[in-house]
Amino acid sequence: MNYYDILFYLFAIITLVSAGFVVTTRNVIYSAFFLLFTFFGVAGIYVLLAADFLAVVQIMVYVGGILILLLFGVMLTNKITNVDIRTGTSNLLPASIAIGLLMGALVSAMIYTGWKVQPASEIPDTSIKNLGALLITDYLLIFELLGILLLIALIGAASIARRDKE
Amino acid sequence: MYQYFYDLTGSVIISTLITAVFPLVNVLLVALIGVYLERKVSAWMQDRVGPNRTGPFGLFQTIADFLKMLQKEDATATDIDKKLYNIAPVLVFAGSFAVYAVIPFSSKLIGSEIEVGLFYALAVSSFVVAGILMAGWSSNNKYSLLGAMRSAAQIVSYEIPTALVVLAMVMFLGTLSLSKISEMQTAYFWNWNILGGAEFGLSKFLLIPFMLVGFIIIFISTLAEVNRTPFDIPEAESELVAGYFTEYCGMKWAMFMLSEYGNMFAVSAIVSILFFGGYQSPFGYLGNTLGINWLIPYEQAFWFILKGWFFIFVQMWLRWTLPRLRVDQLMTVCWKYLIPYAFVNLIIIGIITLL
Repeated sequence: MNYYDILFYLFAIITLVSAGFVVTTRNVIYSAFFLLFTFFGVAGIYVLLAADFLAVVQIMVYVGGILILLLFGVMLTNKITNVDIRTGTSNLLPASIAIGLLMGALVSAMIYTGWKVQPASEIPDTSIKNLGALLITDYLLIFELLGILLLIALIGAASIARRDKE
Repeated sequence: MYQYFYDLTGSVIISTLITAVFPLVNVLLVALIGVYLERKVSAWMQDRVGPNRTGPFGLFQTIADFLKMLQKEDATATDIDKKLYNIAPVLVFAGSFAVYAVIPFSSKLIGSEIEVGLFYALAVSSFVVAGILMAGWSSNNKYSLLGAMRSAAQIVSYEIPTALVVLAMVMFLGTLSLSKISEMQTAYFWNWNILGGAEFGLSKFLLIPFMLVGFIIIFISTLAEVNRTPFDIPEAESELVAGYFTEYCGMKWAMFMLSEYGNMFAVSAIVSILFFGGYQSPFGYLGNTLGINWLIPYEQAFWFILKGWFFIFVQMWLRWTLPRLRVDQLMTVCWKYLIPYAFVNLIIIGIITLL
């Protein structure tokens, strides 16, 4: 077992254990903070897969953006206004069927996809150059459409936030 | 540096540890000297004497404070959320220390030369935000919670102008690697990015004013990101006692202090790498003149730390010169002034780079 294996198992354990806690814990704030460690573990696994850019984006977007937004939402509703957020379970049967189907689909996709396997020595040092080239050649249309979608979302958010100022 | 110790010891773990210890020592020294300097600078600005009893010129004041802090009782309130309360200082410090993994102190003294270094440095600071929110929430205190909210809102907003200036610089330089950025601004001050970069030509002179604007924007926004005055509303004493670390004392409080000074040096280092040549000397190297090659990395480390300290001094200078902003003024400065200017700057630098 070399160092990379140990690191992989470390990150895998962090990801799985914290993800388990996110789902099972009763306290919403705890869930949100456990999500931090899940994102961190996933970023570590990206690094071990030589996807350096993706790993940093994972931290930047999920920890720096989404998680902070989540925490803001939970804290402002839970602590300041004293509204209890319900954390019980409901609709157990339909939920478990839907989750089972989704998991089956994911696992079968994982098994039957022809993953590209490369020896570690052939993987380039960084993925930024290739990613950037792909984004402005093969995936240019999708890239621009996503940009427009985000712009629409931004304008929508701004207009909703301004509405009550008659 | 890692490679050197790896060749010396032959062990991955030992060489990694040694490489990691150096920035830690640097952070501790920055905190130790920084606290002393802050007191002295504030004293000079307000025409006082400052600490002068412990040791010559009060030099040992911080050490005395540190010893006092070690002996303090770890008093905690009863209604706090114990687990999160204890994790928060560690998370904040880990976030601010993680930046040091990619900072090149000299051409040899660098933890990791990853290609996405600059982006990484921006990204890991989000752990600090999460830690601050954790500290504020777990303290179960309205001042802490308000301070944490303000701090997170401020850091998240000011990340945008920082990222825009960084984007402009990355467009101009064509790399995200901090060591490559430092390398490109070779050893004379007219090759620094603030003076248009190493390439001599028309674009160099066209770039100078826009580089200056970019530098001012990134300096202001990084100042806000480390919660220093005039942007210290998260810990505004007159309104919020001490902000998100109101309930902390002893060594846990010291962790917050340590990470604040660590952050100050880290943002100074990033500003100096982007605009002021990083570890490059402004006047060429003594080692080159005398023909002693091994001297050069030491000179580079000297210049790098000097530049870092210079910007820390500027931060202190501003702290004791300017009054604190209000919350609405803070957001106005960011969204209505810095971000539009940064966008215009981004476009202009892009066009000049294409020329």
